[in-house]
Amino acid sequence: MKTILKLLSALALLILPVVPLLQLTGIGSAELTKSGLLVGTVLWFITAPFWMNKKTGNE
Amino acid sequence: MNNINMEDKNVSPVEPGKSKEDHGFSSNEYERQAVPESKTKGLSSFVGLFAGEHVAATELLIGPLFLARGVSAFDLIVGLFAGNLLAVLSWRYITAPIAVKKRLTLYFQLEKIGGRAIIDVYNVANGVLWCCLGGVFIYVSATALFVPLHIPDPLKTDWLPNGPGMVMVILAVGAVIVYIAAKGYDAVARFANISAPWMVLMFIVFGIVTLPSLGVHSISEFWEVANTSIWKGIPAEGASKFTFWHVMCFAWFGNMAWHLGMGDLSIFRYAKKASYAWSSAAGMYLGHYIAWITAGLLYAVQLQADPSNTSVVPGPMAYRVAGVSGIVLVILAGWTTANPVIYRAGLAFQAIHPKWSRAKVTAIAGVIAVVAAVFPGLGNNFLSIAMLYGIVLMPMGAVIFADHYFIKKLGMKEFYAERTGILVHWPPIIAWLASLGLCVILKYAVGMEEFFLCLPGWLCSGIVYLIVSKAMQKSHKLKETVV
Repeated sequence: MKTILKLLSALALLILPVVPLLQLTGIGSAELTKSGLLVGTVLWFITAPFWMNKKTGNE
Repeated sequence: MNNINMEDKNVSPVEPGKSKEDHGFSSNEYERQAVPESKTKGLSSFVGLFAGEHVAATELLIGPLFLARGVSAFDLIVGLFAGNLLAVLSWRYITAPIAVKKRLTLYFQLEKIGGRAIIDVYNVANGVLWCCLGGVFIYVSATALFVPLHIPDPLKTDWLPNGPGMVMVILAVGAVIVYIAAKGYDAVARFANISAPWMVLMFIVFGIVTLPSLGVHSISEFWEVANTSIWKGIPAEGASKFTFWHVMCFAWFGNMAWHLGMGDLSIFRYAKKASYAWSSAAGMYLGHYIAWITAGLLYAVQLQADPSNTSVVPGPMAYRVAGVSGIVLVILAGWTTANPVIYRAGLAFQAIHPKWSRAKVTAIAGVIAVVAAVFPGLGNNFLSIAMLYGIVLMPMGAVIFADHYFIKKLGMKEFYAERTGILVHWPPIIAWLASLGLCVILKYAVGMEEFFLCLPGWLCSGIVYLIVSKAMQKSHKLKETVV
């Protein structure tokens, strides 16, 4: 499960630069970029907290 | 001394954005002893700390403010590179060697040199400055809500809020931030860590996403557009022009309290080798190079859409190019940086009177920060506020530097207050006042801009400290002989 979450987090971070690059090269639009950034942002924040920076039991 | 006092007397100057504790650089451990060799940390810990710590809310103000000062593309790109390099070299060759040799915090070294009383003075200065910084972060965060709530942007020349709506939004955002800070900011610090990779990428995204709007569709077009349409070298009305030297000095001295001011002794005392201070390049070139440049691009898009709109308001700027994600970034960048700053301001004030409740003192510091946040003038003049922070705190770094390298060579004793058991050893305080006095004279009598004051002030502090020490250490020695 943790591996899947990490993969989804990685995908989220991948989406962030890719969508504006598509816009830069003329493939995507400004609206697509904004939507893509929102998807990447939501995906990051619903997956990263479950595997990143987890407290250990004695903390 | 009890544990609470020991903790609170040593308020590490954590830069907004990250809790050093979350990277294992606890400011509450080994406060009154050298960090043991077994507790030192690897290079990657330092890279992670600096990379996360220096991408914060204020970058959203600094980049646009550079542009508003009419900096040219060459002066910005090369000036930032040079200034950040000088900052990295300062950490590497000034701060880290002392940190690794002594493995003590700034606070404990200052106490050994100048006595207990000087820490109280330092904490008051630090606390007040943190409240101002916290106010700026709250303001940045609140500007994200200006968009959905249709609050008009404050003008770049405004010091006062432009209406009750703006005041209400800032007070509401500030109240939430202060409440969380008073409760303790552990959860926020963890959330800040989770946000960090996303935030760094979002700043890079700002750079990419603005380019098509500015007429750049390939790398080869960038330099021409940068010179003709972005950093055109024309300052906003009423603003003085920024040159290469302004940019370089701001990049070098923007974090002076931490390198030449020795605040980061608290971090690098955990380093195995002084060379680990090269890790500061991660923070400088991600946060103070890329993020400042891309934040400037946000402002360029705004000016292109409406040249008369010179307001520097992060929320609307980020929303224009990145939509809702831009608003989220501005809220989080402000919130996650405001919380530790307000919490630390509370600790600094509490250090003066350890019996005060930490929650109450934090709440009071927070209220001061919220009041400061209501005035957009602080954000509009953030370049000067950042310099003020360095100018006020850096003289003590010069004292530590002089005490470490020169005091024995000149036939005097280092850590004089500790050796003699005196409560107040005056040379550091006189050096501090002399440095601040020189900066005031240079600013108001000579007309030197605040961006150039830090180096003369730092040198003045070190030299005055050595001269006054020469006189006063003798007199103390005589007294000891008489006794």
